[in-house]
Amino acid sequence: MCKDCGCGETPHHRHHHDHGGVPHSHEPGGPVHVHPPSDAVLKESVERSLLADNDESAAKNRKWMEARGITALNIISSPGSGKTTLLEKTLDRLRGRIKCAVITGDQRTDHDARRLEGRGAPVIQIETFNACHLDARRVGECLPRVADDGARLLFIENVGNLVCPAAFDLGESFKVALLSVTEGEDKPAKYPALFSSAPVTVLTKLDLVPHLDWDSATCLMWLRKTHPGAFVFQLSARTGEGMDAWIDYLAGLAG
Amino acid sequence: MSLVSELGRIAGEHGGAVVSRVRLRVGTLSGVDPEALRMAFPFAAANTPAAAAALDINIVRATVRCRSCGEQSMPEEPFAPCGGCGSDETEIVDGRDLVIESAELETAAASPDAKPAAHGRS
Repeated sequence: MCKDCGCGETPHHRHHHDHGGVPHSHEPGGPVHVHPPSDAVLKESVERSLLADNDESAAKNRKWMEARGITALNIISSPGSGKTTLLEKTLDRLRGRIKCAVITGDQRTDHDARRLEGRGAPVIQIETFNACHLDARRVGECLPRVADDGARLLFIENVGNLVCPAAFDLGESFKVALLSVTEGEDKPAKYPALFSSAPVTVLTKLDLVPHLDWDSATCLMWLRKTHPGAFVFQLSARTGEGMDAWIDYLAGLAG
Repeated sequence: MSLVSELGRIAGEHGGAVVSRVRLRVGTLSGVDPEALRMAFPFAAANTPAAAAALDINIVRATVRCRSCGEQSMPEEPFAPCGGCGSDETEIVDGRDLVIESAELETAAASPDAKPAAHGRS
């Protein structure tokens, strides 16, 4: 049977014939032939993920990092919830103890890379321009430059956005969601795609709680409903409150 | 954009066909909003083989599996308690898909030896 039209012709014979007056070729390797409009619609079963290209790049990244014993955290949050400040303090605390590397993404500027430099870890800034998330291909391009020198922990600071970054696997070991106390307790319920896929959530800016109506128990309730079993840290990178547990956790990851 | 480029690739495999219809499977946890996708698609697809394609979106609700009783259920999102025993100890097993299920192609370019289109539907 012809695989293109199922018209019963075996693919090895050479002839031209027609369906309803339209000639077409069964030359081996010949061009796809044409049927009249009545049966010119070809339904193609595809079953291909729209993220297949990204997923292939992510799988390469994952393999590359696993071969080197690197644990990679894909850090995702709203803009301004404290990703860079947390990384500044984290790098300072891990300096000389665990070899770290950082890839940081923003639409524009290298401000974050500049803030993170000089803390004992190589840093690469990715400017995504119009894109609202990092993708696996661009992260993969950076890996040999930033993490091929014995790094044990790679922090990938994604573009500030609670929605799209959650959909793009970068090849990380796991996602970490940040949520600052100024954003409201119910963010996990409002943005479940991220919070349901991040096994770790860090509640940041705890030092601001006295100025807010923030209720940690309510936030934890929403988080538990959205992602039962998620691991939660509550801290202030600014004052250092809660940082010990976070640093101990990271040290444990680096083994 | 990856939808449009993938459709272009499929169309290219079929000798410059145009895509008349595409069926997607979009999970409610995929991060993609179906209405935003419908709005954006014609702009992304302009001047491509999928420019005139109709978009069918099969929305798939999240399914969770209970770690306590093993039952699979589709809870009211975004919450994920087990529909069987109410336990919070569930894991998401479906609802993240963003997949092209199928595409319908109309082959406009005939094979080189084809006669001019004299085969109108009557």
